Amino acid sequence: MKPRVVILRAAGTNCDLETAHAFEMAGAAVETVHINQFTRGLRRLSEFRILAIPGGFTYGDDVSAGRILANEMRCLLQDQIREFVASAKLVIGICNGFQALVKAGILPVGTVGDKPLATLTDNLNGRFQCRWTHLLVNEAASPPFLHGMDGQVLEIPIAHGEGRYVSAPETMQRLRDEKQIALQYCGPNGELGDRYNVNGSALHAAAISAHGGRVLGLMPHPERCVYGVQHPRWTREGLRPEGQGLAIFRNAVRFCE
Amino acid sequence: MLDLEAVESDQERPRVDYVIEVWDREAASSGAGLSLVRDMHDLGAAGVRAVRIAHVYRLNGNLDQDSADRLASELFADPLTQDYRVLDLNASAESELLHSAGPGRDRIDPNAPTEVGLPRYWGQGGKSIEVAFNPGVMDPREESIRKAASHLGVTLTAVRTATRYEIEGAISDADMRLVTDRLLLNKTVQHATLPGERATLTTSPYTFRLVHISLIDAEESELERLSREGQLWLTLDEMRAIRDYFRDIQRSPTDVELETLAQTWSEHCVHKTLKGDIRWKGGVIRNLLKSTIARATEEIAADWCLSVFQDNAGVIVFDDEHAVCFKVETHNHPSALEPYGGASTGLGGVIRDVIGAGLSARPVLNTDVFCFGPPDLPYDRLPKGTLHPKRVFKGVRAGVADYGNRMGIPTSNGAILFDERYVGNPLVFCGTVGVMPRDAALPGRQDPGDLALVVGGRTGRDGIHGATFSSGELTAESEVTSASSVQIGAAITEKRVLDALLQARDRRLFKRITDCGAGGLSSACGEMGEETGIEVYLDRVPLKYEGLSYTEIWISEAQERMVIAVDPASLDAIMEIFEAEDVEATVIGRFTDDRRLRLYYEGNLVGDLPMELVHHGLPRLEREADWTPPAIEPVHLRPAADLTSDLERILAAPNVCSKEWVIRQYDHEVQGGSVLKPLVGIDSDGPGDACVVRPLLNSMRGIVVSCGINPHYGDLDPYGMAASAIDEAIRQIVAVGGPPDRVALLDNFSWGNTAKPDRLGALVRACQACYDVAVGYGAPFISGKDSLNNEYMVDGESICIPHTLLISAISVMPDVTLAVSMDAKSAGNLIYLVGLTRAEMGGSHYYVTHEIRGGQVPQVNVSLGRSVFEGIHRAIRNVQVRACHDCSEGGLGVAAAEMAFAGGLGMEIDLSGVPAEGDLRDDEILFSESNSRFVVEVAPESAGAFEAALGSAPFARIGRLTESPQFVVTGHSRPGEPVVSVPTARLKAAWQSTLAW
Repeated sequence: MKPRVVILRAAGTNCDLETAHAFEMAGAAVETVHINQFTRGLRRLSEFRILAIPGGFTYGDDVSAGRILANEMRCLLQDQIREFVASAKLVIGICNGFQALVKAGILPVGTVGDKPLATLTDNLNGRFQCRWTHLLVNEAASPPFLHGMDGQVLEIPIAHGEGRYVSAPETMQRLRDEKQIALQYCGPNGELGDRYNVNGSALHAAAISAHGGRVLGLMPHPERCVYGVQHPRWTREGLRPEGQGLAIFRNAVRFCE
Repeated sequence: MLDLEAVESDQERPRVDYVIEVWDREAASSGAGLSLVRDMHDLGAAGVRAVRIAHVYRLNGNLDQDSADRLASELFADPLTQDYRVLDLNASAESELLHSAGPGRDRIDPNAPTEVGLPRYWGQGGKSIEVAFNPGVMDPREESIRKAASHLGVTLTAVRTATRYEIEGAISDADMRLVTDRLLLNKTVQHATLPGERATLTTSPYTFRLVHISLIDAEESELERLSREGQLWLTLDEMRAIRDYFRDIQRSPTDVELETLAQTWSEHCVHKTLKGDIRWKGGVIRNLLKSTIARATEEIAADWCLSVFQDNAGVIVFDDEHAVCFKVETHNHPSALEPYGGASTGLGGVIRDVIGAGLSARPVLNTDVFCFGPPDLPYDRLPKGTLHPKRVFKGVRAGVADYGNRMGIPTSNGAILFDERYVGNPLVFCGTVGVMPRDAALPGRQDPGDLALVVGGRTGRDGIHGATFSSGELTAESEVTSASSVQIGAAITEKRVLDALLQARDRRLFKRITDCGAGGLSSACGEMGEETGIEVYLDRVPLKYEGLSYTEIWISEAQERMVIAVDPASLDAIMEIFEAEDVEATVIGRFTDDRRLRLYYEGNLVGDLPMELVHHGLPRLEREADWTPPAIEPVHLRPAADLTSDLERILAAPNVCSKEWVIRQYDHEVQGGSVLKPLVGIDSDGPGDACVVRPLLNSMRGIVVSCGINPHYGDLDPYGMAASAIDEAIRQIVAVGGPPDRVALLDNFSWGNTAKPDRLGALVRACQACYDVAVGYGAPFISGKDSLNNEYMVDGESICIPHTLLISAISVMPDVTLAVSMDAKSAGNLIYLVGLTRAEMGGSHYYVTHEIRGGQVPQVNVSLGRSVFEGIHRAIRNVQVRACHDCSEGGLGVAAAEMAFAGGLGMEIDLSGVPAEGDLRDDEILFSESNSRFVVEVAPESAGAFEAALGSAPFARIGRLTESPQFVVTGHSRPGEPVVSVPTARLKAAWQSTLAW
């Protein structure tokens, strides 16, 4: 049986189609469901094995990125999400979804409704940036999503204005010790440096995990690199059979099979 | 007619008003603040050390101290990075500071007075100002914030947001006024707030009173006065036609009837100049549009065109199951007054055109083309009443980015051009491509008895008279008289509408759709009801606030609204979708079978017009056109022996230089379809030609989109300009591998005042070129739009923009894996020039940078162009081309240099073998902008096959790529010594530095 994935949609979600497509390529049975269906009691999150919160500008990112969706999940879906996170299920938040997971208190430690220990705020240069980035994989942070990818350097695009991961130094130290920093912005050979840290995130963090890696939030968009023709230099370097982002979705589906 | 004065009144509503202020704890390092400091230094306020920004929320609702505090801490302020305070406006002034929290509390000194009497957050010295939208201007964040408050159990009745700027350091009062006017506040839509300002906009309720306009006995001078003072922009002829109609039926028109005719007959809606009679060279052109642009489409008769010139967008075949549509719009006048709002609503409008095309399409990419004054224009050269080009540029960029990014539509192609004559009249072209099922490609048809629904945003006083406003020239007073025609967009409202309508379309729950654009409900309902008739109940239209008259409701151009026709049997099902998606939809009328437009308000008939008068009563406009080519002085230019600095200067010219600063701030990857991105190459920073996008993720079929524009040619030769723009658009498509025999074109004319014969004459010449070249290339026009009054009146003088024709092109590529990018790939590969070079230097960037006016503007030889396009396309299909770049501004020199530095390689080329007409100098060969030419990289082993594939196209092998990163050009003027020799890195730096803001 194909694992069931729900792509959670709200007003202003806009990466739902490509996220659903990536999970379908990976072999999942995907449904895209508006959050109203859950808050109005018409559907339940427990029907699904994987919860994906895709990118976009939910509620226009009015106030701040992902904040209103985070409050909606916290205030109207707290029980369902708490139950989902506590069970052996997977949650992935991409870009706006990551911002919502952090602002709802689920990442980096805790569950929905907890006081947030981190935030994602304005990029250090104050500008929205759309570009491809290199990312160093730390498989230990999220075995369900990053299985077999340890030490790889992935090329995945970002497109955000509020992607700077901010947390107290002691919290960051703890994330490092507990192996929760799943991806870091890096150079083409995996080297870390300020020039590669596109938004100025603490410890170059591009992705953070929790709950044994079953909950993953990341600013880059792996759903935008599942085909060879999506790579920015395919006309130079030749067409690869698939994009490097696909492995993350395939790992998630395999974990649930 | 309009009174936007909104008075705070102390009436019955219980006063539960709070203000929440939020600011970044480490604000000094914020990017936005740093950028403002730089801009203030540019304005001469050198003493400014830091600018801190606070977000202010004025709230009205069922609040108390606890709930206001909860909103502040759980919604508005980020607990990790921000501090806040809550002000209770219900308390007396003395105890205004009710509560403050957060670690920043001790830094607040509530007793330090500022200019406007509010406490200061940060230290002493400096000044502050708080900026908010004017009453009646939509606050785009209000709706989301109300929804967000409801999650926390708080019902807000009104929200107004503001931004507070605290300037640290020394700034004089005069400089403070300067930075306020130039940077922080646009009085068209904003004001500096006063202490105690509240969120509620208390308008007086509207009391119905039917207004008739005494017209039937009016003399001509009276008719002219009515048109002018009512901002109707109708000509005397048109006013006469209206008067005569009402004389015949023996009653006076109501105000809403007159407004309906003014909207429907406006240049913006009906294109009466292009469709009217034009006296030209002793004859008469009847309907310029039909006899040139539409005629080309008719003669080409391409079977892959599904819908042309009849709908909100042109539609062509994509694959067996899908069609793609494309529309490009201008939003020039609003963007001149309020760049951010004007540009964002411009993009929002063209996206709605695509949502409203056929039975609705899903937008898959946006394009944007901007024309501004020079960004470094000295302030003392700024005409009275205009905004500085840099501010316009930044505002327009932000408006387009915020709307496009929020809609989740990639911005994939565009151009930015500069000329001082655009200062008073910047041009903003926005385009959208959509994809729809083939059987939803054509406009639907409603039946009598079907219901008319308005879907999406509520109606307010925004954008009253936008359609007629665009028919006039801008003046220094425009910002005052036309303020209400400028709007602010709310992308998320439009996104919700899109999400809901696509579901409804797939279940065929509506029969027809159109957008509310210029002219508002008047245009949308009037157009839809043309064949059947319609009655509209104006009191049912949901309003943002009370107090609108029936006429204001009818002509408001409030954004994010669509009108659909629904069979009563489908009403429940479609309303269920709207409810599930939080989209407001309301039945406002019913289609009839009597071909009349009837408007009701609270049961009163307020308008009753035959559709025949509305749509066919407009008298034909007659205009005079004349074109005398400008006297071209002989050009005396002694070329430099070494052309390196010429090449660097052209690469750094604002029209040619890198636009990465803009492109990176647009999301061009969302939806996952991008195949060739706007920036390409080894470091992803070279200038791509056309973009290639896959609209369906499971298919390798792609859409190719490009644009052609060169206003510099138009000063000398509008015919040559139009021909070159078409050639440029098509050759960019060919350069990336798109098929030249399947290109559809869109025309967007932005012209001066065509009541003046020379302006109209130039337009006639441009249209003639459109016909000739479109037919010659077999490339039909599928859609177009014109904006014909782009002149700026200052002190009795009119500044006319350069005549500007934007040609957008779209094609479909069966297999995107054959696409070719422009960046050089491998050292050792050969470089070819394909096409014929002539001494066509008129309007070229070489001449522009030498400030030479004159010379021959590039022409198009369609049979030569066809052979080049077909040859290149064959070679690309045969996989013999490693890189291909078209020659545009700066000619061969710029194209070759861009290829080299985009690929991180060096290049050696020799000009002596270039196929040329006549005896050309080295500088002419290097910088001529002759059309239909490409620079191509070919691997040595493919050379023979490549040359064979070119067929009859002229070509020459002119050089090769080198590992050593040096750009070297040899010619015949300096035997033994190169005419250009420079590290490619230096060329790249010149190209990148101009707009590296």
